[in-house]
Amino acid sequence: MDRPANHRVLNRFFEKPGFKRLANQTIEALLPLASVPLALIIGAFMLLALNVNPLTAYGALINGVFGSTFGLTQTLVDATPLLLVGLGVVIAFRGGVLNIGGEGQITVGALAASAAALTLNQWPAYALIPTCLIAGALAGAVWGGIPGFLKARLGVNEILSTIMMNSIAQQFSLYLLTGPMLDPSEKAAGTSIAQSALLPKASWLPTLVPQTLLNAGTILAVVLAIFVYVFMWRTTIGYRIRAVGLNPDASRYAGINVRLYQMLALTLGGLFAGIAGAVQVMGVQRRMMDGLSGGYGFTGIVVALFGQLHPLGAIPASILFGGLLVGSDQMQRTTQVPSAIVDVLLGMIVLFVVSSVIWSRYRARRRQTHV
Amino acid sequence: MSDLFTLSVLMGIIVSGIRLATPYLFAAIGETFAQTSGVLNLGVEGIMLMGAFSGFYIASTTGSLWLGLLTAAVVGILMGLLMALVSVTLQAEQGISGIGLSLFGLGLSSLLFEKTIVSVVAISGFQPIRIPILGNIPYIGDALFDHSILVYAAFLLVPLSIYVLNHTPIGLKIRAVGQNPQAADSLGISVAKIRYLTVSFGGMMAGIAGASLSLALIDLFQENMTNGMGYIAVALVYFGGWNPLGVLGGSLLFSFVNAFQLWLQVKGVQIPSNIALMMPYVLTIVALAFAANRARQPTALDKPFERGES
Amino acid sequence: MKPVVFRVSLLAVIATMLLAACAPAAAPATPTAAASASVFKIAVVFPSAHNDAAFSQSMYEALLTVQKDMGGPSKVEIAYSENLFNVPDAAAAIRDYASKGYNLVIAHGSQYGTSLEQIAPDFPKTAFAWGTSLDTFQEAGINNVFAYQADAEQGGYVQGVMAAMLSKSGVIGITGPVEAGDAKLYVDGFKQGVLATKPNDKVNITYTGSFSDVSLMAAAATTQIQNGADVLTGSSQSVVGAIGVCKDKNVLWFGQQWDQASLAPSIVVSSQVYDWVPTLEDMIALVQKGVLGGKGYTLTFANKGLVIQYNPSYTVPADVKSAADAATQGIIDGKITVQP
Repeated sequence: MDRPANHRVLNRFFEKPGFKRLANQTIEALLPLASVPLALIIGAFMLLALNVNPLTAYGALINGVFGSTFGLTQTLVDATPLLLVGLGVVIAFRGGVLNIGGEGQITVGALAASAAALTLNQWPAYALIPTCLIAGALAGAVWGGIPGFLKARLGVNEILSTIMMNSIAQQFSLYLLTGPMLDPSEKAAGTSIAQSALLPKASWLPTLVPQTLLNAGTILAVVLAIFVYVFMWRTTIGYRIRAVGLNPDASRYAGINVRLYQMLALTLGGLFAGIAGAVQVMGVQRRMMDGLSGGYGFTGIVVALFGQLHPLGAIPASILFGGLLVGSDQMQRTTQVPSAIVDVLLGMIVLFVVSSVIWSRYRARRRQTHV
Repeated sequence: MSDLFTLSVLMGIIVSGIRLATPYLFAAIGETFAQTSGVLNLGVEGIMLMGAFSGFYIASTTGSLWLGLLTAAVVGILMGLLMALVSVTLQAEQGISGIGLSLFGLGLSSLLFEKTIVSVVAISGFQPIRIPILGNIPYIGDALFDHSILVYAAFLLVPLSIYVLNHTPIGLKIRAVGQNPQAADSLGISVAKIRYLTVSFGGMMAGIAGASLSLALIDLFQENMTNGMGYIAVALVYFGGWNPLGVLGGSLLFSFVNAFQLWLQVKGVQIPSNIALMMPYVLTIVALAFAANRARQPTALDKPFERGES
Repeated sequence: MKPVVFRVSLLAVIATMLLAACAPAAAPATPTAAASASVFKIAVVFPSAHNDAAFSQSMYEALLTVQKDMGGPSKVEIAYSENLFNVPDAAAAIRDYASKGYNLVIAHGSQYGTSLEQIAPDFPKTAFAWGTSLDTFQEAGINNVFAYQADAEQGGYVQGVMAAMLSKSGVIGITGPVEAGDAKLYVDGFKQGVLATKPNDKVNITYTGSFSDVSLMAAAATTQIQNGADVLTGSSQSVVGAIGVCKDKNVLWFGQQWDQASLAPSIVVSSQVYDWVPTLEDMIALVQKGVLGGKGYTLTFANKGLVIQYNPSYTVPADVKSAADAATQGIIDGKITVQP
């Protein structure tokens, strides 16, 4: 394993760049950014076909994010689970495994955090909040660790197992929410909506801006992003995970237990998605309900990629996608286009992003590995 | 509970299982070709939805089911070409482009549905065809030989694709491109051409898989009607170890278990429905974990190829 | 190659920015008092698609009827956002509609309650409504929230009575989505109706664990029919899959939440339809008088919010029809009580 060479690719954000390299890096960083307007231009033609003025629509999109305190804070609220899931995807991806089990890991993380909060409802906030977060993280880690174990020990492909684990988590959640965890007041009223009771106030994450949903979970996510950066680039374990991802054969030759580190990468991926679930119940929803994962498990993968598979890059990427989610909903409301167009736009943005980002990343990596 | 293990229940499981397995088979066999050549297409879900919608729209406006099926196939090819453009020419990360394609297909099919058909309507789809002689065998005839043409086609696809992949020059090229693109390239095989071919074939099959729902099994279109089937189909390719026979086994196992858990519920067996509903997913993982001799993944799977390197 | 792509992209960025900057400031958010505008503005937030052939569509069509009755789009303006199963997104939508001066903002999903309780106090001049629930949050000091629910078990009971009389095999199947909420109420009521009529009939229930899995819903219906059921019913938007199977096998079907006769005119006997029109009209009248909430509505047979809509293409035998009418009357009179 040729460490110095790879070191250069992976640390290109933090090294002293020469002029030419700086130019290259600027282009590589800006390419994905350009894909958003490209998708929006194609979207403009679709809006015209729907008899909607694209200027009005996109004006509303921007206004939805920047036009009010609520829009700005909501962008960060949506960015938070995206960042947390994205961090997990970064670790897994750097370890050479694709974690598409985010949806299920968010769900079990949220279930565990809610269960802890509802059981320990007499505890004070300073003890309950960390306990709930840890419960969510552990549940997510287990949900990610099972595919990791199956891959390491029994050779079960992680794409298969994480897809299946998403469905299992969904049914498991419905089982708990219609049975053991069903809100007693729902049972009493006879309505039986599949949701848990309201979590005790002591478990609520502190609100940062009054009358908005912005909560301390956002700060936690940013701190964790820095932590992941340090972990992946400044510790031996992190280095080995990256080594396994870059070149499993060379790593094996160098004496690294490839399977163990891939399992670890999937487990850590689940852990961060689990925290995302805990933050969603404790900071935003304040009760567990069906459909809590809300697609963040998939969009988080895109965020990780958009952030160049770097934990710090994932921070602006998550804000951008949070803004897109918030702004495109505003666009739908202002122009009354079918909300499906939001999916179309996001899908196109992902396709454009992925075409540009990885294109430049692979080029950079090839420059390294084949010199 | 005791009346659960009867011949009629078994036949019932087979009938439902075969119907449930049909869309998975189409989509997963198509995906097998793409993956064997080295391309992971996670966009099957979106392609299925576009196929389901376009097939239904054309069939309901022209009155021709075959024209609808053809449209679904063409739309599937177009979506496949889009995936190939992104993942082969632009060398994008395949798993993530697939997620983008799925989102795009989900949105576009819903959008077009709202703007054209507006509200759920049903059509008369492909009718079951009872095969002469075989169809008259007691029990077995009803279970195996009284299905619509698309169901038979899905199952006939299995031996056909085994033959193509293992015994034809094109099949050899597909496998070569997936195992060692550099070597294949040096032998004069165009890696890009083969991958475009397999991914658009996979797209066509996913489009037909969607149409099998909207034109033969459910006979209507509803927004997001595939409900994650495309992802399960991709998982079944891994289950089958890139072998159409294994894919068939996986599709049938998943579908039979799903049909079985419905029987558990119908017969009033005392387990919560959500626990019963987990069974197909759990058993698919468990079955794969205990199946010995895992097939070797195509070496170049999920890795873009650029000419002239190394 | 790359610089070209870059330049084109950069141009695109700049062009978009310029266009966006020139765009007229979108949707001037001027919160207007409820009574000041001559146009009554209603916004509704749906958890599923507005055309889901079930719960959301029943509300959407009622809104269109109200709009027509009150004089068309020039008198009543309707805006909607759909597929907002993600509650924070729905909460943002509710808040946004309120800030844009909509007179009545409807949160059409019971999962939105917690959010609404937080939003409503910030917009004291806007009326909100949500369902299915009866909690108007008045105990929490909130006076601008209406609540509504449907006693789905009532229609379930009446259709159960008819199902028992129409079934020859004595086996009746129910295909539900998730054992919760509105679906559970309907299923429980239906079962009571069957067993009250024919205590020895068998009612088998299957759940698919999903509101949208059409394929598994079709398989569930197939399984029920193979098990001997000759009358089926079910709930959620995914039952369209089950209705198709019933049509092929010529098995009777009872619809729920929306008139499903058009999907299979030959086999749909009747549908329990939610008529939100009287509820909406009452709410609008109150809002126009300055009362912005505090009232809970329940759709029942008694207040004509629940209607058994018979399929004109299917002839219901006279004795079945009269038994259904008797059951309906019994529920209205309180002689029959259906346990929710």
